Amino acid sequence: MEFIRTENLSFYYESEEDEIQLDTLKNVLDGVSLSVRKGEFLAVIGHNGSGKSTLSKHLNAILLPTGGKVFVEGIDTSDEDRIYDVRRKVGLVLQNPDNQLVASIVEEDVAFGPENIGIEPKEIRERVDEALKAVDMYHYRHHAPHKLSGGQKQRVAIAGILAMKPDCIVLDEPTAMLDPKGREEVISAITKLNREQGITVVLITHNMEETVNCQRVVVMDKGKVLTEGTPYEVFSQVEFIRRHRLDVPQATELCQKLAGSGVNFSRLPLDAEECIEKLAEVLL
Amino acid sequence: MIRDIAIGQFYPANGILHKLDPRVKVLMLIGFIVLIFCTFNFFALGLVALTVVAAMFLSKVPIKLYLKSMKAIIIVILITSLLNLFYGSGEVLCQWWIFKITYGGIYNAIFVAVRIISLVIISSALTFTTSPTDLTDALERLMKPLSVFKIKTHEIAMMMTIALRFVPTLLEETDKIMSAQKARGADMESGNLLKRIKALVPVLIPLFVSAFRRAYDLAMAMECRCYQGGKGRTRMKQLKTSKRDYVAVLISLIILAGVIICNILL
Amino acid sequence: MSIILRTENLCFTYGAGTPFEKHAVKNVNIDIKKGEVIGVIGHTGSGKSTLMQMLNGLIAPTSGRVLLDGKDIHENKKELRGVRFRVGLVFQYPENQLFEETVRKDISFGPQNMGLPSEAVEKRVKKAAEFAGLKEELLDRSPFDLSGGEKRRAAIAGVIAMDPEILILDEPTAGLDPMGRDVLLSQIEAYHKARNNTVLLVSHSMEDIANIADRVLVMCEGDCVMFDETHKVFSRAEELEKMGLRVPQITKITTELRRRGVPLSEGILTVNQAFEEIREILRREGKI
Repeated sequence: MEFIRTENLSFYYESEEDEIQLDTLKNVLDGVSLSVRKGEFLAVIGHNGSGKSTLSKHLNAILLPTGGKVFVEGIDTSDEDRIYDVRRKVGLVLQNPDNQLVASIVEEDVAFGPENIGIEPKEIRERVDEALKAVDMYHYRHHAPHKLSGGQKQRVAIAGILAMKPDCIVLDEPTAMLDPKGREEVISAITKLNREQGITVVLITHNMEETVNCQRVVVMDKGKVLTEGTPYEVFSQVEFIRRHRLDVPQATELCQKLAGSGVNFSRLPLDAEECIEKLAEVLL
Repeated sequence: MIRDIAIGQFYPANGILHKLDPRVKVLMLIGFIVLIFCTFNFFALGLVALTVVAAMFLSKVPIKLYLKSMKAIIIVILITSLLNLFYGSGEVLCQWWIFKITYGGIYNAIFVAVRIISLVIISSALTFTTSPTDLTDALERLMKPLSVFKIKTHEIAMMMTIALRFVPTLLEETDKIMSAQKARGADMESGNLLKRIKALVPVLIPLFVSAFRRAYDLAMAMECRCYQGGKGRTRMKQLKTSKRDYVAVLISLIILAGVIICNILL
Repeated sequence: MSIILRTENLCFTYGAGTPFEKHAVKNVNIDIKKGEVIGVIGHTGSGKSTLMQMLNGLIAPTSGRVLLDGKDIHENKKELRGVRFRVGLVFQYPENQLFEETVRKDISFGPQNMGLPSEAVEKRVKKAAEFAGLKEELLDRSPFDLSGGEKRRAAIAGVIAMDPEILILDEPTAGLDPMGRDVLLSQIEAYHKARNNTVLLVSHSMEDIANIADRVLVMCEGDCVMFDETHKVFSRAEELEKMGLRVPQITKITTELRRRGVPLSEGILTVNQAFEEIREILRREGKI
């Protein structure tokens, strides 16, 4: 079932002034038509400046299209009366873990969203506990955010969105500022949410390793969608990915080179384990 | 290092003052401050001092911490008491050049000293026993009636919350920027005042730039979480007054009555 | 090669004597030779950043010594500033320290603090900008108008302009996209080749380290647990994984194949090397 649809979505900044102020957002979108199915795990990749971040901010009406339309469960995001309906359905987690936590105690921060939409106190309590348990941060509920690690802060931010009970979470480069451990924590937390609670996940990233487990990958450049498909379909186009300033996993690159020398692979592997098995078959 | 400065002086403990409703505590503090300045004789003053000492022990906060908070204002206490000591009236005890000490002077000096000390200790007792979030919470709810006068009480409280959240982050950042500029040879420890102020520019500008970037990010994050100001907002934590709070209020009223009686009768 | 930087029993303890006491760096003894590229790895909190700040005297050791060219850097407090010009340190997210009106002025901050005459400063700024791949016309723009990658490179140029004998970079590629990362790394490499000075690179990206480092220093809970040639360190994958560190994916693949009996060399670091060796085996066996 289709959950979000963008129709020929375009975006540009009207004045110079806006552009300076919205430092991180100055990239434009140029006719993006995309659909996100309910319950899927979709990754959007592209280098900095490809427009992927700007796209993410259109999915919950933080930005409104200058051309085209975005629909969330049939609601037009430019319908001002329904803007909060859109934001309750689609939550957005941002890149910098330090800058999106509001309160100085973890559980109060998670409560911020539900408080804003007027949930009853007793239910907020339940939602907060549930959300913190879902990202494995319940133990830290009384801690101060600034004492947490990057990965922990980012999981608190996810819990803050989760407590609003959204159908879909969009994450805009949530791991760009984290160390490998924090990365793993965040990716496994959102994978779990997707698998166990059926929450639709749109992950914006430029780290290829994070996308190998998702269902669909969309590649963006210059504000346009270049290609989309399963991770296997996308990453097997090694040259194409490279040309658009992106990485392919080393495992894939190695096998692609070997394929060029005449080794036959049914499909190019995406991670180390698969690569080892395939090469062992050939070599031993 | 800068980040060692304590922010808010909350001291977690399991004292009875910790358990009181923060709103009650704030109101009691305000009442008590008024009371401190309404003591007109030694009996009233003694009663106030006694209450302060009692509060200090009831808070279960180490006395050392109270002494520490006194240290900062010891000079203020000394100067004001000295001024009062020499500008008193009444019977002269001893005299040297233009300085004369009178009974009135001594009386005033003691009064001023005890009053200021009481003020500091009782305010510290509040901040030691109340977490900053509880305090902002209490202030927001207590200020609510002020919204009749078009004062944006929710916004003020929100600003306080955000400030509490970001002060440690910004302090840490200041530290980092200072180190980074030192690594480029910035000299912040020597030279005259003007030179030192100038040396702060490479620290302050990046700090402001970063603060604005954070503010922009935070505003977006708040929008993502459906923040629409105070309207229609609920709170997870409900402040509840319990029996304990009523008892505390009752005791405060008794002390108030005691001070009035002392003032009038003795 | 002569030793340029040495540490002797270097220790640092945060909050000594308080309940928050933490031994950030414990008894580290390392020798760094002139002209080497050293990769520094370790998870967050392993003490690697503290160690780096001790090497240029920003953090004074609780005990032990740092010897630059055989001389204790803390011996004379007045010369400490001079040490910072010789051991240049680029912090994590260095773009956060840009402050001047123009990129040019910002890059000159370091050389000016060194007390150099203005022509010399100008020359160094030009040179540093060139190494960092910043075009001439960018120099008169405000640093705040640059793109993310350009800001990063401008900030690094600010340290390069001091012409340090040892350049320490703390996670210089953090947050950059693959392209920005590749550009920056190749610039660091080119800079190293041209100046032949010593470079220390702290990174979480094992692939980056494998590509650039001669030797790798591994920090774990304040201890220096390994300090050896890159391929030797990465062939100890199991030990590294116990510390929560990875090895480059290509090393992981080839090490496992080797364990299963494929005759590959130990500690293969690049895709090209692995490809050549595997192709050679397949050719020999007539499989391709």
